[in-house]
Amino acid sequence: MTDKFISIEAIAKRYPGASGGEIAVFENLWLSMARGEFGCVIGHSGCGKTTVLNILAGLDEPSEGAVIVDGQAIEGTSLDRAVIFQSHALLPWRTVLGNVAYAVTSKWRDWDRARVKAHAQTFIDLVGLTGSEHKRPSELSGGMKQRVGIARALSITPKIMLMDEPFSALDALTRGTLQDEVRRICLTTGQTAFMITHDVDEAIYLADKIFLMTNGPGAVLAEIVENPLPKDRGRTDLHRHPYYYAVRNHIVDFLVSRSKTFAADVPGHDPRNVPVVRIGVSEPTIVAAPRAIETHPAQTIAR
Amino acid sequence: MNASLRLRAAIVSVALFLAFIGIWHIATRGTGAVGNMSPEYAKLMGLTATAGKSAMPGPLDVGAKLWEHLKQPFYDNGPNDKGLGIQLGYSIARVALGYLLAVIVAIPLGFLIGMSPLMNKALDPFIQVLKPISPLAWMPLALYTIKDSGLSAIFVIFICSVWPMLLNTAFGVAAVRKEWIDVARTLEVGTVRRAFTVILPAAAPTILTGMRISIGIAWLVIVAAEMLVGGTGIGYFVWNEWNNLSITNVIIAILTIGVVGMLLDQILARFTRLVTFPE
Ligand SMILES: Nc1ncnc2c1ncn2[C@@H]1O[C@H](COP(=O)(O)OP(=O)(O)OP(=O)(O)O)[C@@H](O)[C@H]1O
Ligand SMILES: [Mg+2]
Repeated sequence: MTDKFISIEAIAKRYPGASGGEIAVFENLWLSMARGEFGCVIGHSGCGKTTVLNILAGLDEPSEGAVIVDGQAIEGTSLDRAVIFQSHALLPWRTVLGNVAYAVTSKWRDWDRARVKAHAQTFIDLVGLTGSEHKRPSELSGGMKQRVGIARALSITPKIMLMDEPFSALDALTRGTLQDEVRRICLTTGQTAFMITHDVDEAIYLADKIFLMTNGPGAVLAEIVENPLPKDRGRTDLHRHPYYYAVRNHIVDFLVSRSKTFAADVPGHDPRNVPVVRIGVSEPTIVAAPRAIETHPAQTIAR
Repeated sequence: MNASLRLRAAIVSVALFLAFIGIWHIATRGTGAVGNMSPEYAKLMGLTATAGKSAMPGPLDVGAKLWEHLKQPFYDNGPNDKGLGIQLGYSIARVALGYLLAVIVAIPLGFLIGMSPLMNKALDPFIQVLKPISPLAWMPLALYTIKDSGLSAIFVIFICSVWPMLLNTAFGVAAVRKEWIDVARTLEVGTVRRAFTVILPAAAPTILTGMRISIGIAWLVIVAAEMLVGGTGIGYFVWNEWNNLSITNVIIAILTIGVVGMLLDQILARFTRLVTFPE
């Protein structure tokens, strides 16, 4: 199955530098994801994660390259790609229901009020905000605001969900429950999701694939780590899984040391064929070329 | 605590008011007859000189006159003798018309400037030059081209109230949080719908602040404009009463101008509160 539902092809993003020239946030970046996959990007601050996500959302344009979604190059934003913003980005003059309904009417312009309301209500219920429909964002807690953002994104039944550190501003407890909810929703609806996070555990819990980016400027996608944990993993017993520490250590090692020196350490790095890392019982190993994407992880992991 | 503060402030206000009236009363009180003065001079100067009475009316005179005006605000005894209510009505109508025209022009234009960096840059030099011109400087040109004093006054109101609204609208529109615009973009909301559902509500508090500044300026300017063009209005009333040497009426007019200005400001303040959203 070589289904590339999302395919980022050779994108670059450059900004005019301080002294006349241009500074490339990243060059020649390739990244692909299959339908229904959950991808997490991890990398240090300023490496260009948000830039990649905004390009994928159509909010920003690459200086070079293209993004293909479902066989078509994207042009600008689309209702097929919903964004959950880090700062929730709710419209403060609208109520919870009003915010979700705004998205619903944007997608289905000809729906009448009752239908819009009923549809919006379904998604408000889904994120557990029943009873708060008529509150304004200023009357909600941070976690509740983020739930509204999730409900708004889900309500337009997008093909892809794009999330830029959606839970980073929340306390651990709220973050946990929202992670559970996002995972449940993505699993039941087969949603394709692309998420930026700084939280390694969040990535291990949610992602099928974890994309590791080196430090910028001139950041590259260094490795794709396949999540060795079973699909039915739970958030609270994550650390009991035999592969948990291996995968966690691998990512943390990357962030702590290898992300700085990657370019020097791996001179022949081919941005088009980013190595896929599969965590085994012994030591994590690079399982050669990108062909590995095609084989099903579960088969190679089996002892 | 809060209520007691308000009560204490009210008490101080009343005390200050009474003190002011008292001082005013004492200062304008007659000082008794003055002797040895040439009868010619005494005749010329009237009671001011002979009875030692101040030319400045006291609070009691003003109060009595005010009561007269309030009893009969809308009488009309020809061009130079109209009730205070009628004169105020003329002024308010002119302000309302000029202000409305300014709203119609400034808000769409402000949206254009705020949304389009090109138009912002292109129109900036014009605005920079036109904005500091005193509205009254337009008066001769307005009289010459429009040839009607009433319409000229309306034009002057228009020109003075357009700038704060224009600049505030442009600023408010340009400063709408990028994430709200991004929300609209990811939802594929078209430009017109975006302008009405995101930019307008987000910029409304700033726009209304500009409108509030404008109404204040318009009310300041109408008095001066009506003094110039004459005929009707509270500004003309002030000038006419000055020519009649009726300082009492001048004081009453000043008082009414203040009260109406305050009311206009309060109305706009209420609207501003309506569109302000907590974040
Ligand atoms: N408008 C701009 N002009 C110049 N440089 C910019 C601009 N916007 C972003 N950059 C640069 O692009 C780089 C990547 O920014 P980006 O926001 O994508 O980082 P990030 O990986 O999301 O970081 P964080 O984890 O802190 O959110 C940064 O180094 C930043 O300085
Ligand atoms: Mg970011």
